[in-house]
Amino acid sequence: MKVFETPIDPEEVGKLRVGDAFYITGIIFTARDAAHEKLLGLDDSQVPFDPSKYAMFHCGPAIHKVDGEWQVVSAGPTTSIRMEIFEDEFIERFGTRVIIGKGGMGDRTLKALEKHGAVYAQYTGGAGALMANAIEAVEDVYFLDELGIPEAFWMFRVNKAGPFLVTMDSSGNSIHADVAKKVQKNLEQLKKEL
Amino acid sequence: MRHNSLENRLVDAIRRAVTGVTPETEQRLRAAVDTESSDAPKVQLNAILENIDVGTSESRPICQDTGTPTFFIQAGSDFPRLGELRDTITRAVRRATKEVPLRPNAVDPISHENSNDNTGRHVPVIHWDIIDGDAATIHVIPKGGGSENMSKLVMMTPGRGLKGVKEIVLEHVAAMEGKACPPTIIGLGLGGGSDLALELAKKALLRPVGQRHPEPQVAEMEEELLEKINRLGVGPMGVGGATTVMDVKIEYAHRHPASFPVGIVPQCWANRQTTVHVDPDGKAEVTQ
Repeated sequence: MKVFETPIDPEEVGKLRVGDAFYITGIIFTARDAAHEKLLGLDDSQVPFDPSKYAMFHCGPAIHKVDGEWQVVSAGPTTSIRMEIFEDEFIERFGTRVIIGKGGMGDRTLKALEKHGAVYAQYTGGAGALMANAIEAVEDVYFLDELGIPEAFWMFRVNKAGPFLVTMDSSGNSIHADVAKKVQKNLEQLKKEL
Repeated sequence: MRHNSLENRLVDAIRRAVTGVTPETEQRLRAAVDTESSDAPKVQLNAILENIDVGTSESRPICQDTGTPTFFIQAGSDFPRLGELRDTITRAVRRATKEVPLRPNAVDPISHENSNDNTGRHVPVIHWDIIDGDAATIHVIPKGGGSENMSKLVMMTPGRGLKGVKEIVLEHVAAMEGKACPPTIIGLGLGGGSDLALELAKKALLRPVGQRHPEPQVAEMEEELLEKINRLGVGPMGVGGATTVMDVKIEYAHRHPASFPVGIVPQCWANRQTTVHVDPDGKAEVTQ
């Protein structure tokens, strides 16, 4: 399976299509609702890292300090649709091209993925131990005091983190939208059989 | 000393619960891989299985949401430690929060403050059944927020009958999409009042995956729903596929003639459960 190293070549990201699975080695940063809102509210000069170089992970980790060092206990994905109201603007402004979460996102994000050659990939919900195992180090954390543990930007150095399954691509495809349509059709049929 | 021993076993039971899934759940997930014909659901199931291996072998919580500490207790009325059981469980939850560790998941709804130790008003959540005898069985079922958010109560018009129940369940599981982290287990509580329907739905989840209700008509309905839900095609983590649910569990109570409460409580694939058996002398054993 494909293993990308960050910063991921934008051309490679643009080639990814729904159904492709990949792993990441390098840096992944976490961002939930409050983190999106925080970064979008800052001037460029105040942004503490370059979000275009790394993959974004919708995640609020279980993490604690052991002998002064941060240790990740478990780090699965959080529900991505909460970030729908921020994501198109975030992609537009900061150039992040790989977004990882669970449950999929909506039309606004899908359009932004198309415009900027980006992808949304699903990491398996609840698979927090597997991700924690792939995290080699906590490189940095930003706005921890202000945002708290789950909402802060955690910069994780990872080795073969994944698998990440592309469920929304830069050609306008969305597995989430396709499955929802199929399920509704199946539901109508199944109700007739009752 | 004996008392401490029970507290220790409870901490152990919580640790074992959050670092793995029940054996029947793992078997069912393994079997599901072969029933999927496309790659996307296989990727999700294999990641789930690999995640369970990591959690169990490293004694690491399989999911960062270590749930609301929830306990179902069958205690004999002559169990000598009945009066102190709630305090013992509360102390065990506090210790487990530090020692496992668990994510602090108890928030005051009025002040929004997190207690930071997984205890608080009515938490840990304890459901009591007082039975004959002098021993106690404590079921530990930490319940994740994602699947709990997909719980539902419908006060159905009784005239819709069991067909109405099946429609409600199918419609709801379709609407859940990938949100409750499928493949899920659906707990279904029929009848009672509104409170009992939801309690029975959650209690139904205690029955091991694959085990049918002892009454043939109820067992048949469980099987019919299992088969039909899996034809919806939601699939593992909502990416499409043959395994949307691992099982459907029904419990029921008599109802008021004018009411037909239907309670639905889904459990995510991370079906984390252990059981502690306690002797009258306080000797405790953890099983899965």
